[in-house]
Amino acid sequence: MASLQEYLFISGLLFAIGFAGVLLRRNIIVIFMCLELMLSAANLTLVAFSRFNTGPNGLPDYNGQVLVFFIITVAAAEVAVGLAIIVALYRARQTTDVEDLTSMRG
Amino acid sequence: MHPAFFYLFAAVAVIGAGALVAFRNPVSSAMAMVASFVGLAALFVGLNAYFIGIIQILVYAGAIMVLFLFIIMLLDLKPEKRRKVSHPGLLLAGLVIPLLFVVQLCGVLPAVPDGDPEPLALQEAAKSFDEKKNAEIHRSLSEGSLPDVNLIGLTMFGNKGDNKSIATPGYNFPLQIVGVLLLVATVGVVALSMKRKPSESEH
Repeated sequence: MASLQEYLFISGLLFAIGFAGVLLRRNIIVIFMCLELMLSAANLTLVAFSRFNTGPNGLPDYNGQVLVFFIITVAAAEVAVGLAIIVALYRARQTTDVEDLTSMRG
Repeated sequence: MHPAFFYLFAAVAVIGAGALVAFRNPVSSAMAMVASFVGLAALFVGLNAYFIGIIQILVYAGAIMVLFLFIIMLLDLKPEKRRKVSHPGLLLAGLVIPLLFVVQLCGVLPAVPDGDPEPLALQEAAKSFDEKKNAEIHRSLSEGSLPDVNLIGLTMFGNKGDNKSIATPGYNFPLQIVGVLLLVATVGVVALSMKRKPSESEH
């Protein structure tokens, strides 16, 4: 099995790629998908630490995996509400390009 | 998990993520994201987190990505046209800042142990579970398979076991709060999607 360092590196790399996507892309739905990718990368970190820190009885420490369960649930709720906001935005502005949304620009 | 499998699924996850950022067509991006999530779920299963791996496929790839695709189809999004970037500094920032983050990450990595994880001593662990109170867990561990669903349930709902080492207070209250959160999210989605009635009369 790979070491903890390699798992954390993969997780950090996924987070960085998602971060780059949020900064670089213009389509708001793709930005949202990159946000979910960042959340998944954090889940990988949690599960890796859960497996590598064995508790006193020799089994993985499942508190990390319970947190991942909650994170997945909250991410699902967040995606639902976020997409409802995006659809409402599209109805109001007829565009999904973030460069066109300038009403709050200073 | 054999290191070859780790590298294979890590490559699938990372290449899928890269394709998500690179493709112009949002449907292609969504498909690449599904591939990335499948790679991630395989990594979870390799870490002996079978429940979380399956939940990742069911919820993330199966529900969240389907919802994304549904909204992409509903809004009928076209592939992004190449447009003049409003500020070339933004492009540079978008590449440099994540790169700095990865460099910083590599600087922090030596703080964690570098080695294979301890193999799980399942037969030994079976001794810390009472045969009558945690019968299912004891049985699975004695047979040499990890009942991680049962163990996650034990951690989440609390366990006042005789063995002090496995006594946990449980996450019952956060579970109820997450249930309320899902309810509020559902109500919020319905409220956000309602069409506004025109306030003035049209006569």
